[in-house]
Amino acid sequence: MFRNTYDSDNTVFSPQGRLHQVEYALEAVKQGSAAVGLRSKTHSVLLALKRSTGELASYQQKMFRIDDHVGIAIAGLTSDARVLSNFMRQQAMSSKMAFNRPIPVNRLVSAIADKAQVNTQEYGRRPYGVGFLVIGQDKSGPHLYEFSPSGNSYEYYAMSIGARSQSAKTYLEKHYESFADCSLEDLIKHGLHALRETLQQDKDLNVNNTSIGIVGAPSMHENTTGVSFRMLEGETIKPFLDTMVPKDVPATAPAPAATADEDVQMTE
Amino acid sequence: MTSIGTGYDLSASTYSPDGRIFQVEYANKAVENSGTAIGLRVKDGIVLAVEKLVHSKLLIPDANRRIQTLDRHLGLATAGLLADGRQLANRARDESANFRDSFRSPAPVKYIADRLGSYVQVYTLYSSVRPFGISTIIGGVDQDGPSLFVIEPSGVFFGYHGAAVGKGRQLAKTELEKLKLSELTMRQAVLEAARIIYLVHDDSKEKTFELEMSWIGDETNGLHVPVPKDLLAEAEQKAKAALEDFE
Amino acid sequence: MDHFPTNWGRPRNDAFDAYGTYPIAQRPYNGPTTDAFSEGIQHTQQPIVTGTSVLAIKYKDGIMMSADNLASYGSLARFKDIQRLHPVGTNTVIGAGGDMSDFQYIQGLLDELMVEEFTQQDGHSLGPSEIHEYLSHVMYSRRSKMNPLWNSLIVGGFKDGKRFLSYVDLLGTTYSASTLATGYGSYIAQPLLRKAVEGNEDVITEDEAVRILEQSMKVLFYRDARSLNKYQIAKITADGVSVSESRSADTHWSFAEGIRGYGAQTQ
Repeated sequence: MFRNTYDSDNTVFSPQGRLHQVEYALEAVKQGSAAVGLRSKTHSVLLALKRSTGELASYQQKMFRIDDHVGIAIAGLTSDARVLSNFMRQQAMSSKMAFNRPIPVNRLVSAIADKAQVNTQEYGRRPYGVGFLVIGQDKSGPHLYEFSPSGNSYEYYAMSIGARSQSAKTYLEKHYESFADCSLEDLIKHGLHALRETLQQDKDLNVNNTSIGIVGAPSMHENTTGVSFRMLEGETIKPFLDTMVPKDVPATAPAPAATADEDVQMTE
Repeated sequence: MTSIGTGYDLSASTYSPDGRIFQVEYANKAVENSGTAIGLRVKDGIVLAVEKLVHSKLLIPDANRRIQTLDRHLGLATAGLLADGRQLANRARDESANFRDSFRSPAPVKYIADRLGSYVQVYTLYSSVRPFGISTIIGGVDQDGPSLFVIEPSGVFFGYHGAAVGKGRQLAKTELEKLKLSELTMRQAVLEAARIIYLVHDDSKEKTFELEMSWIGDETNGLHVPVPKDLLAEAEQKAKAALEDFE
Repeated sequence: MDHFPTNWGRPRNDAFDAYGTYPIAQRPYNGPTTDAFSEGIQHTQQPIVTGTSVLAIKYKDGIMMSADNLASYGSLARFKDIQRLHPVGTNTVIGAGGDMSDFQYIQGLLDELMVEEFTQQDGHSLGPSEIHEYLSHVMYSRRSKMNPLWNSLIVGGFKDGKRFLSYVDLLGTTYSASTLATGYGSYIAQPLLRKAVEGNEDVITEDEAVRILEQSMKVLFYRDARSLNKYQIAKITADGVSVSESRSADTHWSFAEGIRGYGAQTQ
């Protein structure tokens, strides 16, 4: 791999004014499996692809609940994600404690972004090796944010992070203008289509390797009346998977269900 | 920069043989890679404007602000590493809040600029940190009227009538110098600021951009707030028209 | 007081220490000791400069609140133009009885909080219920440190189409009702307010609400020796906050001539 003098330390600028350690941390995010987020006028959703290290292993958790109104999907180092998500939970709780107010989502995201910035400026630390997609609902409606190890955070109509996320991004860029008025079912369908783009040729999404996170009013496929953040996994996501339009060859039967141990192995 | 790679440029705590601190100079490079930010100090207030480069069309317009509010009467615009800008703004808020706590009155703009200048300078002293990769424009209206300062990555700060930082600063400065800043009103300054940002934006090289503006003055009751939507739209439209005349 | 005689020092020897400066390091140390409990700690045990009642009611368009302009120093009417109704942001007013310097400290806390909120510029703002929740934590944590902020506060507001009216005091006790009163007003005015307001919260007009408060303020001025016939009325509605200029009630004291048994009568 490419190496140079200015990349071993996060307290050093390169002559071009770049921070190589931060850029490498952004690469760490791309090692993780993909996650996709989308937003409509009424809902925000997350979709993530889970990996397992083998047939005997369970799938690595990709989504975390932060508070009733906020959830995240991660790509990159899971252990870093746990540290940051614990921090987010604390922030959410202290807002509840002090003001009896669910924390505004943008402030929660800014809080971890500010935390991550410190790791890009001080010696003896490394930047976090994880990226988040954060969805949440507050007084200003549903939101979707991306957090990255550089300490930046942005709000998006739709976004993807993780391995091969560029393919998903291409899909999202093509369709994002229609998302605002989508029903929850259609929004998830778009999300699944985008997530599918990150898979290798012979692989497909199934009930084992896919997680769905939702904020907003429940779908007809759901067994709840709540509007708070919830994660759907296993059989509960089948009705959503069934809405997908089969890949490439729409004429033939749906793609055969993939085997349980598919996908890339985690190498960290 | 012939000394690149000689080993004198790996730490903020190292001078080169000819007395330069390369890490600070490299930090300035980070500033030069970023969208332009300008500030105008006019007779009745301050106007800040930034050229916000849009890296993806999936971004929500208006939602990702680059001009920040430090206190009721203080605003800050940065060019350079965005996350560094947020960190410095948080520090500035603390400084401003501490001043309020001690003296029960809003902090003078110069005081905040001074404190931040010192803070930034500390990051040029040690190998354990890197300098801030940002140039910062601070504007505000205090007891003595409007004032405007720029803080460089080295920690130096100067007061200005018109300031420009970031990629297009040379051209922006030339344009600012043509204006009679101390005679303009804030409304006029908003139009001029928009025109300058549109002018310095390099269509051929750059991605699309969004104009973001804020102001502080009598018209806003001394509060630092975004320029209202209708005025922003008017300014953008006039800026585009002026640009066509220019070309 | 340092109770250790060995620390009290010895008679100075003028022969070699004419000014008692030698050796400085060996002279008894009488400053604060490292043990925080070696000398007792005294906290606030009483208010000093005090404000009396605050009254507040719900009415059709929002909340109305009143308090007089007096800050007493014991029984002395010391400051006669103190404002005890304090707007916080655009949706909230807090009214305070009790220690006025503690109240000013609370105003400082809230101002800092509102600046912090303003600097976020994200469209989220603290409304009356959030401010009341925050104040209740401040008050309770201070009383738990045995160092209370000696106030009773009424928080009134109107946000997102909803009225808010709640109370918090130096113990951290909170409650809500459609009429609230602090201090002497909780004995004298509260029954009057309840009778006028309860069940009619959605009917009472602005004029009627003013009249109800005027009536109660007048009664309080007659009966509360720490009150002043100069008061303000604040209203919080969908249009925001407004605090009136000071006004006074029309009172008559001729009946006092006939009262016997106290005061400066000569016979």
